[in-house]
Amino acid sequence: MSGPKTLFEKIWDSHVVEERDDGTCLLYIDRHLVHEVTSPQAFEGLRQSGRRVRRPEATLAVPDHNVPTTDRSRGIAEETSRIQVETLARNCEEFGIELFDMTDPRQGIVHVIGPEQGFTLPGTVIVCGDSHTSTHGAFGALAFGIGTSEVEHVLATQTLLQKRPKTMRILVEGELGFGVTAKDVILAIIGTIGTAGGTGHVIEYAGSVIRGLSMEGRMTVCNMSIEAGARAGLVAPDEKTFAYLRGRPRAPKGALWEQAVAYWRSLPSDPGARYDREVRLDAADIEPVVTWGTSPEDVVPITGRVPDPRAEPDERRRAKMERALAYMGLEPGTPMEEIRIDKVFLGSCTNARIEDLRLAADILKRTGGKVAEGVQAMVVPGSGLVKLQAEEEGLDRIFKDAGFEWREPGCSMCLGMNPDRLKPGERCASTSNRNFEGRQGKGGRTHLLSPPMAVAAALTGRLTDVRRLLAS
Amino acid sequence: MQPFTTLTGIAAPLPLVNVDTDQIIPAKWLKTIRRTGLGAGLFESLRFREDGSENPDFVLNREPYRRAKILIVGENFGCGSSREHAPWALLDFGIRCIIAPSFADIFHNNCFKNGILPIVLPREQVELLMKEAENAAEPVFTVDLESQLIHRPSGNEPIAFEIEPFRRHCLLNGLDDIGLTLEKLAAIEAFEQRQRLTMPWLWAQGR
Ligand code: SF4
Repeated sequence: MSGPKTLFEKIWDSHVVEERDDGTCLLYIDRHLVHEVTSPQAFEGLRQSGRRVRRPEATLAVPDHNVPTTDRSRGIAEETSRIQVETLARNCEEFGIELFDMTDPRQGIVHVIGPEQGFTLPGTVIVCGDSHTSTHGAFGALAFGIGTSEVEHVLATQTLLQKRPKTMRILVEGELGFGVTAKDVILAIIGTIGTAGGTGHVIEYAGSVIRGLSMEGRMTVCNMSIEAGARAGLVAPDEKTFAYLRGRPRAPKGALWEQAVAYWRSLPSDPGARYDREVRLDAADIEPVVTWGTSPEDVVPITGRVPDPRAEPDERRRAKMERALAYMGLEPGTPMEEIRIDKVFLGSCTNARIEDLRLAADILKRTGGKVAEGVQAMVVPGSGLVKLQAEEEGLDRIFKDAGFEWREPGCSMCLGMNPDRLKPGERCASTSNRNFEGRQGKGGRTHLLSPPMAVAAALTGRLTDVRRLLAS
Repeated sequence: MQPFTTLTGIAAPLPLVNVDTDQIIPAKWLKTIRRTGLGAGLFESLRFREDGSENPDFVLNREPYRRAKILIVGENFGCGSSREHAPWALLDFGIRCIIAPSFADIFHNNCFKNGILPIVLPREQVELLMKEAENAAEPVFTVDLESQLIHRPSGNEPIAFEIEPFRRHCLLNGLDDIGLTLEKLAAIEAFEQRQRLTMPWLWAQGR
């Protein structure tokens, strides 16, 4: 079997412990991230069956979904949230797993801290009980989300039973226009292939646009692979990847670093490697986009209008559109730029890294604008370290001076498990990844967009083309 | 895990596509540290109105579907998050089998791990079953995993379904994945020994 291989095949093949006749593989898991929401029942299961954690040192835990983003010195007020976070701490203590607790400066969203710590490495298999684990694929790691039973399985055995997925390559070629970010690229991809487009596949993102993205941008793209139905997304590791990882606390050091890099250089897909499916996008066709509906595939360029279900020939799709528009409180034909918003959320594992905050702050610097009257805008950094770095660079001042709230790190209003939620009917410009009904709070209405576009919306109180804002 | 052999019960039709995990169980229910009790929040936003009262139009609030053990749904059921709270909520409500033209990957996996049987059938067949579930006086179906057949209330020809042999074996016997894997401990240890040599940076102490 020495034909040309894809990046995915190289990682997969090097992690098969055993293959069954039906093709299901027992796959070795190198790294396991754990958070408070999907782990309590897994630890409970271990305890009930008297099992231990096989490799505690290959496991890292952090509370992120439930933590408050305001002053933490007095703990968590909401009882159920507090119990989950305390349960995680107790479980980590009992099973010998390292935990970054709520007061640790390294605490943050699980998918932000993995790369930040150098816990995420190319060529590895990484799992976490969270669907956005796909984020780590930006490093050329096979990273995917798992359910709680699988969390328990990995804790106990350091392996998982998996069926080999199919492969898909998405090429984005050309040059991105002014004001177009990684978020627009991935939203455009999802708009093209749909939320089930990647089902059963691992997507490898390639082409000049992807190569040109920073590590942060690649993470944004891989993060939303799950929104395209794929469990994992991958980008081939390159010099940018190595430069990002060098010197990180858990990245290899010295001779081991050299040895690792030599191996990592062999990972990119071989010329002539075959994919089950290929999709190609031209960067010139990608504009800053926003979502209008309740699925991440409901995208439209900011210059466009709310679509009209009557123009949809498929009956089921039409019904779905009507339902989405009713939930979103939108009229067909309304120019997207006329839609007023109540809240702006700059955060989440999609867009709360240092580069996202820099891009957002840059818009504020260039326009000198202030958050519009009646709009509540908040920045929730992805981790304590992102927050510290942003403060060192003076970004917090820029945000605060413009009227943004500057919060403590966590998932926050991405899913509203902590007190940060939309009220029924409130409309939010959000840099997160899901616009499902009720995602950001019951009855809340979410428009997904990029960090610069979120700032533009905050300044005008409406969804706004950031390019036009900068030009004026 | 409870074995799954034959299931006889009411089937409820839910002709929605792309039902996501947030719809199956909203985020506020994720704060539990147990597996049980989530049935009360199943399809909360569809089942209950703003004021907390039941929405009489929703299928699971209508007789006889309140007692449904089988759910017949549209494409891409269970998309969204990896949270296992979705199958737990279904299970706690009493659902042990879901029939759909397609499922989201992780959800599909999670069903098997919790003793729920997800059956994939061509869209036409799903629609046929949905109609029967809708119209039959007593919409009782029997799902026989042993013979891989769905017996219908109309008494018409049972519908056959496919399932991976290993999954079927585990469901039939209520086998727990972890126990099965731990039987392979020697292979896991051998793999680890190999990886220590080929990728020592993944095993460096002191991190
Ligand atoms: S930020 Fe949002 S998507 Fe990311 S892990 Fe947290 S809740 Fe999930």
